[in-house]
Amino acid sequence: MCHTFPALTSDRSSRICSLLYKHGSSMASNSSGSDSSDRQRIAQQRLSVIAGHLQRPVEGNSGILAAECKAQGDKLDVSSERRTVPRRRQEIMKWNGWGYSDSKFLYNKKGQAEFTGKRYRLSGMIIPGLREWMESTFGANLQHKTPAAPILNSSAVQPPTLNEAFLKELKSTGIPFSHDAEDRVFRSHGHCLHEIFALREGKIGRVPDLVVWPNCHNDVVKIVELACKHNVCLMPYGGGTSVSSALECPPEETRSIVSLDTSQMNRILWIDEKNLTAHVEAGIVGQDLERLLNESGYCTGHEPDSMEFSSLGGWVATRASGMKKNIYGNIEDLVVHIKMVTPQGVIEKSCQGPRMSTGPDVHHFIMGSEGTLGVVTEVTMKIRPMPEYQKYGSVVFPNFEMGVACLREVARQRCAPASIRLMDNEQFKFGHALKPQVSSIFTSFLDGLKKFYITKFKGFDPNRLCVATLLFEGDREKVLQHEKQVYDIAAKFGGLAAGEDNGQRGYMLTFVIAYLRDLGMDYYVIGESFETSVPWDRVLDICRNVKARIVRECKDKGVQFPPLSTCRVTQTYDAGACVYFYFAFNYRGLSDPVHVYEQVEHAAREEILANGGSLSHHHGVGKLRKEWMRETISSVGMGMLRSVKDYVDPNNIFGNRNLL
Amino acid sequence: QNNLALYPRTASLKDEEEFTDILEERRCTTDLGYALRTFNPQPYKGAPSSSTSDLKKAVLESQYLRYIAKEIALETGSSVEKVRQEARGILEEMSHNLQLGFIRLMAYTVNKVFKRLFRSIYVNMEGLNMLQQAIQESPVILMPNHRSYVDFLIVSFILFTYDIPIPVIAAGIPLASMKVVGEILRRSGAFFIRRAIGSDKLYWAVLSEYVRTIVRTGCAPLEFYVEGFRSRTLKSVVPKLGMMDMVLEPYFKGEVFDITLVPISISYDRVVEESLLALELLGVPKPKESTTGLFKASRVLQEDYGCMHVNFGRPLSVRQLCEGKINRSEYNLIPRDLPQRPSTEIQDCVNWVAHLIVRTQEEGSLISPWSLMACLLLQAPITTLTEEGLQWHGLTEKTLWLRKLVLDFRGRLNWPDSDVMSSTVALHHSIVHHKAGRVCLVQDGDPASQDPLSPEEGVMRTAAAVLMLVSYRNQALHVFVRPGILATAIHITKSTQKDELFSFFCFLRDVFANEFIFIPGRASQDFDEACSLLQKCGAVHMSEQEVTVLETGLEVLSFLQKLLQPFLDSYQLIFRYLCENGAHVFTEKQFLPAVQNLATKLILSGDLHTFEVLSSDTQKNVLSALRRLEAVTKLRASQQNEYKVNKAAVRRTGDILCKIICDIPVKIKLLFCVRLENFVLFFTLLSLK
Repeated sequence: MCHTFPALTSDRSSRICSLLYKHGSSMASNSSGSDSSDRQRIAQQRLSVIAGHLQRPVEGNSGILAAECKAQGDKLDVSSERRTVPRRRQEIMKWNGWGYSDSKFLYNKKGQAEFTGKRYRLSGMIIPGLREWMESTFGANLQHKTPAAPILNSSAVQPPTLNEAFLKELKSTGIPFSHDAEDRVFRSHGHCLHEIFALREGKIGRVPDLVVWPNCHNDVVKIVELACKHNVCLMPYGGGTSVSSALECPPEETRSIVSLDTSQMNRILWIDEKNLTAHVEAGIVGQDLERLLNESGYCTGHEPDSMEFSSLGGWVATRASGMKKNIYGNIEDLVVHIKMVTPQGVIEKSCQGPRMSTGPDVHHFIMGSEGTLGVVTEVTMKIRPMPEYQKYGSVVFPNFEMGVACLREVARQRCAPASIRLMDNEQFKFGHALKPQVSSIFTSFLDGLKKFYITKFKGFDPNRLCVATLLFEGDREKVLQHEKQVYDIAAKFGGLAAGEDNGQRGYMLTFVIAYLRDLGMDYYVIGESFETSVPWDRVLDICRNVKARIVRECKDKGVQFPPLSTCRVTQTYDAGACVYFYFAFNYRGLSDPVHVYEQVEHAAREEILANGGSLSHHHGVGKLRKEWMRETISSVGMGMLRSVKDYVDPNNIFGNRNLL
Repeated sequence: QNNLALYPRTASLKDEEEFTDILEERRCTTDLGYALRTFNPQPYKGAPSSSTSDLKKAVLESQYLRYIAKEIALETGSSVEKVRQEARGILEEMSHNLQLGFIRLMAYTVNKVFKRLFRSIYVNMEGLNMLQQAIQESPVILMPNHRSYVDFLIVSFILFTYDIPIPVIAAGIPLASMKVVGEILRRSGAFFIRRAIGSDKLYWAVLSEYVRTIVRTGCAPLEFYVEGFRSRTLKSVVPKLGMMDMVLEPYFKGEVFDITLVPISISYDRVVEESLLALELLGVPKPKESTTGLFKASRVLQEDYGCMHVNFGRPLSVRQLCEGKINRSEYNLIPRDLPQRPSTEIQDCVNWVAHLIVRTQEEGSLISPWSLMACLLLQAPITTLTEEGLQWHGLTEKTLWLRKLVLDFRGRLNWPDSDVMSSTVALHHSIVHHKAGRVCLVQDGDPASQDPLSPEEGVMRTAAAVLMLVSYRNQALHVFVRPGILATAIHITKSTQKDELFSFFCFLRDVFANEFIFIPGRASQDFDEACSLLQKCGAVHMSEQEVTVLETGLEVLSFLQKLLQPFLDSYQLIFRYLCENGAHVFTEKQFLPAVQNLATKLILSGDLHTFEVLSSDTQKNVLSALRRLEAVTKLRASQQNEYKVNKAAVRRTGDILCKIICDIPVKIKLLFCVRLENFVLFFTLLSLK
């Protein structure tokens, strides 16, 4: 339930405030300016950390905390006053689209694209190139609108099937719950195209019958006990950013379905500065976790593209990956201890040793279990002091082949920066179209000059060149040294440094792309992203073949306009890479666009598997990709997972039917 | 007179209209001007422009070749460097050296020669347009049939004329050793492959990497003959899979998105080397390819060879062909640079594709009136042909009747509007002559010669003429084979039951699988096709369970059955030889002349009515069929192609063929319950009874 969406790049990071969100005065388009403000800010943060240490003990007693969990206000909780996600998500979020209600793309009266709200750095800005890009890429037209149903029609929602006995006992525990239609609809979907498309059309299928908001681990224990006792189906809900149909209620489920929303379990229970770990409730969303740790001078460094909304428990349940995994690791590297409530009881390890040889690691039954075994309630995670220095960068390559060769060499030398991503030509153009209006003539003059240098002087073909974006982190001297090493490698592959600005914008765009899909859907354009991991020697082949397959399938399925079919190499590993594909098309003239979309995505996944790619790198399997599980992990593998499920949850209380 | 006036215009005639004579324009312009025309083709869009030396370098430095070199060095105890040196040598010998200058020279020469040899060269423009499109989208494999040396450069010639990238062409190594010409061919895009590579691992490795690299990079279209060699009988040859494997592998391994196969059917009114072919089939060795030989052959330039048709088939997407047939993920677990034996699923698919291509070539080829006449001439008693001759009037009538049958069977005809029959016979004056209302077979040698021929020599002389006729008949055979086999099944089994006929149909189809092209796994479609064609021409009536012969269909059925009779007779004779001959083990060297001797004797005694069994091609096909049916096995240890024969099995096959065993259908059903690989088991069952 993490990573969502297409994302041109991603950074909603510990630097959220300075990089993505609009803050105070600066909108640093000039890198030296942001440099100095960076340093100032870090200094301020250090001070506040020290102040924090003086004012209050950071470590608490988790036993006591658990007992007190309902009395939230009184607790030694670093966060309680400033949590992002309210119980009623509808207060701040869209019911049929991505993200905050106040933030969206639209075409203003002049026909220019603009991004509303105040939350992001792009908020309130005009994006002059977007319209032309949309028109030329998709054949979209501002005259042809497909507006969404404006409000949720509660009468379209099926009345809840309630298990009265369960409800009665639940009431007696005092744990908050609701069977309000809006609350239920909000928890009935993730962000797959078909889910959002149906909502926009006002179509609502099976939704949970009840929503409960446990406040702590013990609440969860009680809920699971009651569910087992009354044979109620539980579906854990974290940030709701799933793109694998994981949150879809199985239509064949006849029992009462209770959505267990972990969003109120969002406290950092303690920070252990000696061992550099933090013990955190699993419902906390990424942006809160980073912000709160930052206040103490730390970070986890785990930054999936969805981190504004996705939750720690969701990361664990789907084996999430963050864009800075080269420094901090993926979720499986970050987790030290997990507590999960299952129908058989609570599973956790007895100590926090950094590595154990005690049979197969039981954490690996939990990570990737996608809510089929229980609810992750608390996690101990590694933390790191916040990096002293951060620097963006970008490199332009004459073509995608050279770019991939460069990334492979960087991986071979094991000198990948915190993040390195390579976009293909189409995505490069897309990124270009999202450039906000430049205020100064000087900047636009510089841009023109850069373009001239690359295309005319260096002879790069604007229809073939591609760009890699980079993010370096660490202490200043090492970052600069590291940067030089990477640029030297890039030069061997014909790469030209293309400035910090391009890199920074690249990462900033990651989060807006999810909003952008909603804009597309207003004008007959639908699309989504999907990902895979693949050995190095197949990267080029899989990129070419999957993109070509998408184009061909669209043609075969009667799509009237050429689709956008693009990819980016988004993570590097020793033995391979993670590749993201974006796929979108104009569906005018199609009677069942979602079905066409699904057929094409299905074909693309078949192509990925035939080309040696994995079923998923980090989105997970959910129900969307279940059909390929057996060929992916073999029948014996399926049997192993099945037997764990059968032991842990024989009555299928956690009945979301993901994975198996 | 105009024969055509009698018949309505049909679809196949319309097809004909779409052909354009490319020589017509050539005759109006200067040859030099043509050769120096601007040539600026649109290449495959994914291909980086790469030179011949880039290609060679990529092959030599490939991970695959490194691996194989290391492996061979280990096995043979020589150094890796030495093995790589050897590989370099092989590559030098093999590699093409395509140069535009030589393409122009080639075009100039070919243009001159073709204008001499042929009245017209017809090309279907629609096919060329599709090819032009396909070449830009994915690597293209041009797959012509091969009936004459003349067609070696015809495709390059046409593509040059229409501004389409020139292909690199797989050729046999003997061509390379021709002085000067070899080098010209190399620079016109030919690359050379040794015959009988056998188990030379390094050679296979270099060749396959070379071919795969060409396909992978799409640097030029690749042209090769899937039949493996020039068909001596003018009949399609069962495809060879080695090259096909190499060509398709880049798709299987995901190194390219798709590959486009373009079947090309080349049909001749008259084949330049017609007499050489017949002699070769009778055991007179083929002259070695040499430059002086080529000049000697220049007397062929004096002759008229009528027209040539080059039909570019619809481009086939390998991806679409293979969809649902294979699972490419089998290549996921081993680095793709390492050799990996493909699964049987993949092998079957390759085999299927190769057969499909040959079938498509057949369907695309044009049948000339002469082929139809040959079919009919061969059904006349041999003495009539050699002595008094066949009535001209009867022959033309019957040819027109056959023309209609071909159209019913959806064959493509090349039926020019003007005085067809006489001009056709005139064109083939080397085989028949038409005098005083009769048509006779022309036999080589001076009949007034002093030394009378021995009877055996006489048989061979007639055989040479007959086999020429046979090859022209073969050009039309593909249209008749499926209904012909059904007609034969009806004739032999005397059954009307559809399932019995189907069993026997399958049996014949299996026995003759080396003789005719059947797409594997499509027996029931073939049967259905045969049924519907016979029904369409009014020969049979079909019901759910039964196939009844109609009075009006006897002529068709008897024609078809007689058309295939020589094959049945030939197979029977060879089966008989194998059973009655004392030895259980024999070599190919003994087998061929021995069969020929026996056949000659039987022809002289009047017990055998076909000359086709004298053809080494037929003899080899029988051997292959028996090996496939496991009635004959090749001895592994043997150096000189020794075979061991299971006489009981051979005898049973022969017995079924002429329905000596009663109550056959039941047993055949038994046979096809188990698969044909278990043929021997079936025979055991039969003998038990």
